[in-house]
Amino acid sequence: MDIVALIGLAVSSIFINNVLLAYFLGMCSFLACSKNIKTASGLGMAVVFVMSITVPLNWAIAHFLLKPGALAWAGFPTMDLSFLIFISFIATIAALVQIVEMVMEQYMPNLHMSLGIFLPLIAVNCSILGASLFMNERAYGFVESVVFGVSSGIGFWLAIVVMAAVQQKLKYANSPFGLSGFAINMITTGLIAMAFMSFAGIKI
Amino acid sequence: MKLSKTKGYAVLVEPILLSNPVSTAVLGICSALAVTTQMMPALVMALCMTTVTALANVIISLMRNIIPKNIRIIVELVVIASLVILADQVLRAFMFDISKQLSVFVGLIITNCIVMGRLEAFALGNGPGLSFLDGLGNGLGYGYILLVVAFFRELLGSGSLFGFQIVPDMFYAVGYQNMGLMVLAPGAFIVIGLIAWAQNVLLAKGKK
Repeated sequence: MDIVALIGLAVSSIFINNVLLAYFLGMCSFLACSKNIKTASGLGMAVVFVMSITVPLNWAIAHFLLKPGALAWAGFPTMDLSFLIFISFIATIAALVQIVEMVMEQYMPNLHMSLGIFLPLIAVNCSILGASLFMNERAYGFVESVVFGVSSGIGFWLAIVVMAAVQQKLKYANSPFGLSGFAINMITTGLIAMAFMSFAGIKI
Repeated sequence: MKLSKTKGYAVLVEPILLSNPVSTAVLGICSALAVTTQMMPALVMALCMTTVTALANVIISLMRNIIPKNIRIIVELVVIASLVILADQVLRAFMFDISKQLSVFVGLIITNCIVMGRLEAFALGNGPGLSFLDGLGNGLGYGYILLVVAFFRELLGSGSLFGFQIVPDMFYAVGYQNMGLMVLAPGAFIVIGLIAWAQNVLLAKGKK
C-alpha cells in the first residue's frame, strides 16, 4: 500500500464517502448535539479520538481471532467465528470507551472536562460501529484501517461542525408552520450532503 | 370492551401514528435513510427491525427483575447483539442478494437508538405481553416511514417499485428522465424532511 493510495483513502473518507453525509451513520447524535458549535466540536473530537482507536483494535480482533482460519496459530485452522463479529465489535467499543474515560479522568482532567460528557454517548453511536463494520467488509489492512478510522472521525467532526454553524443561523429564520425542527434540519443536511457530493469528481 | 379501548391496542398503535420513533422522536434515522433506495431492501430491513425490537423487548421484560441496575446497558447490548446476529444469519441463508445490499446496516440495528430506547423506556417497567406489543408497534412505525421514503425514492429515482418498472417506456421516449438525485444521499435527507413536515402539519390539523 503506497502513500498516495493512503492519502486518497483519507480524502475520500473525509469528503466523498463521509460517514455522516453519504452513509447516514451517527445521525442521532448529529441532530441532538448540533445546537452550538462548541458542543458539536467537542463531540466531533471525541468521535475522532474513539474511532481512531477502535477501528484498528477491531481490525486486530477480526484478523487474529474471528476470521475463517484466523485461529490457525492456536491450532484450529478450520475454525470460523465470523458470526461473532457484531457482538465482539460492540463489546470492544463499549469496553474501550469505558477505559478511555477512566484513563482520561485520571491523567487528562482538562480534556476529560471538555470531552467527558460525550464519551458514554459515543458507545452507542452508530458511526463508531459502522466504521468498524465497513473496515471489516472492505477488507482493509492494518495501516489502511488506521487511516480509515482517523479520517472517518475527521469527516464526522467536519460535518457536525458545519451543521452546527448552519443551525445557529437557522434559529433566526422564519420557517413555515411545521417545518421548523426536525424537518428543516433534514432538508439542510440534504443540501450540505449535496455540496459534499461535488467532491466526488476528484480523482487522486 | 371495544378493541380500540384496550391498553394493548394503544401501546401498539400509538408509536405507529402519534409518537412515531423516526419522524417525531428523531430516533434511528441512520438506517432509515441508508436502506431506502429501493422498496425491497427497505421492507426486509423493516421486518428485521420489527422482529429484533419485539423480541428484545420480551426478553428484557422477562429479565427485568433480575438485572442489576448498573450493568443493564451491557445486558441489553448483549441481548440485542445476539438477536441481530440471528437475523443476519437468517438473511444470509435465505436472501443472500438482499443481505449483500443491506451490507453493514443489519449489524447497525445493534446501535439503533429505537431498540435501546424502547428497552430503557418500556420493557424495564412493563410485562412481557405489553412489551411485545410496544416493540411491534415501534418496529412497524419505523418500517412504515422506511417504506414511504423508499416508495418515493425508488419511484422518482429509478421509475420502478419493488424492482418492477412503473413509469411506462412512452414517458422516457418523450424525454422523461429519472431523478438521479433521489438515489443518492441528499435525496434521502430531503424526502424524509418533507415527510416529517407533512406529518407535523397533518397531525396539527387533526388535533384542532
